[in-house]
Amino acid sequence: MKARFGITALVAALLFFAGYAALFIAPDESTMHEIQRVFYFHVALWSAMYTALTIAFVANIAWLATRQPRWDWLGVSAVEVGVVSCTGGLITGVLWGKPAWGIWWTWDARLTTAFLLWLLYIAYLLLRGLLEDPQRRATLSAVFGIFAFLDAPLVYASNRLWRTQHPAPVVFGGDNSGLDPVMGKVLMVCIFALLPVMILLLVDRYRLERMRHEVDELRLAVESGAARPNSAVTKGAI
Amino acid sequence: MALRGVSLQIAPGEFVALLGANGAGKTTLLRIAALLMTPTSGYVVFPGLAQVSDGPGRNDTEVVYGNPKPSIGMVGHSTLLYDELSAAENLEFFARLYDLADARARIAHALDACGLATRSGSLVRTFSRGMRQRLAIARALLHGPRMLLLDEPAAGLDRQGLDWLGATLARLRDAGVTVIMSTHARNESLDLATRAVSLAGGRVERDSGRGGDPRPLLAALRSED
Amino acid sequence: MTTARAAAILLAKELRLEFRTRELLTATVVFAVVVVVLFSFAFDPTAAESRRYGPGLLWIAFLFAGSLMLHPSFGREQANQTLDALRMAPISPFAIVLGKMLANLLFLSVAEVILVPVFAVLYNISLAGIVGRLAIVLVLGTLGVVVTGTVFSAISAHARMRELLLPLLLLPILAPLLIAAVEATASLFSERPVLDRAWLAFLGGFDIVFLTASWLLSDFLLEE
Repeated sequence: MKARFGITALVAALLFFAGYAALFIAPDESTMHEIQRVFYFHVALWSAMYTALTIAFVANIAWLATRQPRWDWLGVSAVEVGVVSCTGGLITGVLWGKPAWGIWWTWDARLTTAFLLWLLYIAYLLLRGLLEDPQRRATLSAVFGIFAFLDAPLVYASNRLWRTQHPAPVVFGGDNSGLDPVMGKVLMVCIFALLPVMILLLVDRYRLERMRHEVDELRLAVESGAARPNSAVTKGAI
Repeated sequence: MALRGVSLQIAPGEFVALLGANGAGKTTLLRIAALLMTPTSGYVVFPGLAQVSDGPGRNDTEVVYGNPKPSIGMVGHSTLLYDELSAAENLEFFARLYDLADARARIAHALDACGLATRSGSLVRTFSRGMRQRLAIARALLHGPRMLLLDEPAAGLDRQGLDWLGATLARLRDAGVTVIMSTHARNESLDLATRAVSLAGGRVERDSGRGGDPRPLLAALRSED
Repeated sequence: MTTARAAAILLAKELRLEFRTRELLTATVVFAVVVVVLFSFAFDPTAAESRRYGPGLLWIAFLFAGSLMLHPSFGREQANQTLDALRMAPISPFAIVLGKMLANLLFLSVAEVILVPVFAVLYNISLAGIVGRLAIVLVLGTLGVVVTGTVFSAISAHARMRELLLPLLLLPILAPLLIAAVEATASLFSERPVLDRAWLAFLGGFDIVFLTASWLLSDFLLEE
């Protein structure tokens, strides 16, 4: 309990520091001035999202390979965290885009991929909600999750290929825009501050899923009148 | 999680009556034996065919020296037939899937045996419940399985159908086919049983055992209302 | 029995079933035609506009029609639990999936063969000289739709709200395929028709990725 509080406090402190850095330490950007500071969290949210979705992909494969329930719990938790990060990234992108470049949205490769991933993983969560049998739910959503993850590079590639044929002004700093070294450092701070936040959310969600599973097990045990099954929770193991 | 700690050994040629109330796990057990479901823990072994279906961690049926699927036939709650195909077309399709050598002869024989030879060209959609059940059993037996699994086969059958079921099962028993038949109420085919196993709450409650007498357990069954 | 032969037997069964009822094909073609006609009310089909929007509309019509048609692919096997019978047969799970993929490919292709001339007439696009190349684009694109669509049909067959779920799962996945197919078609409809190899390669790549994934995951797809 105390360890949890300590960790949470540490992560919160890190987050505040990152926020402070983004707002006050980072130098002013020449064209966009203040609004540009959203960029630090915008990119940090993307990296949190990709990390979460990669974890989900690994968890999906691990579930299919081993059938251990914890991979299913990890999978759904990672996807939820990924979707939340993605939502944040999309919103910050829109907020940044309008004042900075006068447009709400653009179909460049990264944004398009992120948006499609958002749709795909919301579909994943909807699918889980509509499948009732727990075994089947875990297996089928894992299959879909794998398909969704495989689609991401294809979305990116198709967008890039399209861009080579239909060139358009590049926004959101492009891919190779040079970054002031201090800005670069602040960006790193923000990315590495947001990652622990994501991990905390992930762990909490994972524990929630595990507890749901335990409740279902106990309910089944009570209904069939048998003795209490071994509970991983009571043993304190993950 | 319908079954807990079920461990059964069934010898070839046994006629097992699987008893228990609805929801006791009979269907789950049959589906696992049919290799339709993989148990979350545990395994299914067919000695002589040496096929092991592993539980956790793996979903494949590990082939050691042979595929047990051609030896298994199942009659479930549903007919497992295509309504928009004729009786003959259904049997032809499954004959091809099972790669049967003398398909035509087998199909003709099967249709004769279940009394549907004159309706072989009619769509299954037009059949009565009894006719469908007969065709379903014919389909399950088409490839000559050594084990037949039946899930409540007497349900919804009329007098004629029940007689036919009893005669067919008797023939199978005499031919040495292993039969596992589940039911939750009394029916005459149970007289053929050599063993009775009752499930309750996903567990084996009582087992008359190999070579034992199934009649006390069977007698305890209610009659079909 | 080899997977290919089992798939062929299943394909024959699917064809026979469809030929008997003809419900899927009719519904698909009618729906696609309705979509195409409705779109034509949205803008005036001058040559330039048709070339610009035509390919996109054509492929969207295919995708919508395909989503409708793919849903019963595995849905039909639930009526009498015939999927159990297929799974008990000594054939690989992938054979079952492949058989249905091939059937869906044929059905959707037939719908396209009917739809494309209708589309060309409504939107004043000449198909002269590009039919062969257009066929290549159609086949590669349809293959991608059918591969992913059949897999998702199997997934959504077990879920509630399955009619709505299938398009929800399928359309986002097909976004890159849509872009590729539309671009390839557009370059064929342009003043100087050319077969865009880059997009064709992309379509081929898409098909291979998801066909491979389906092959690897088909056991899990059908299990209980």
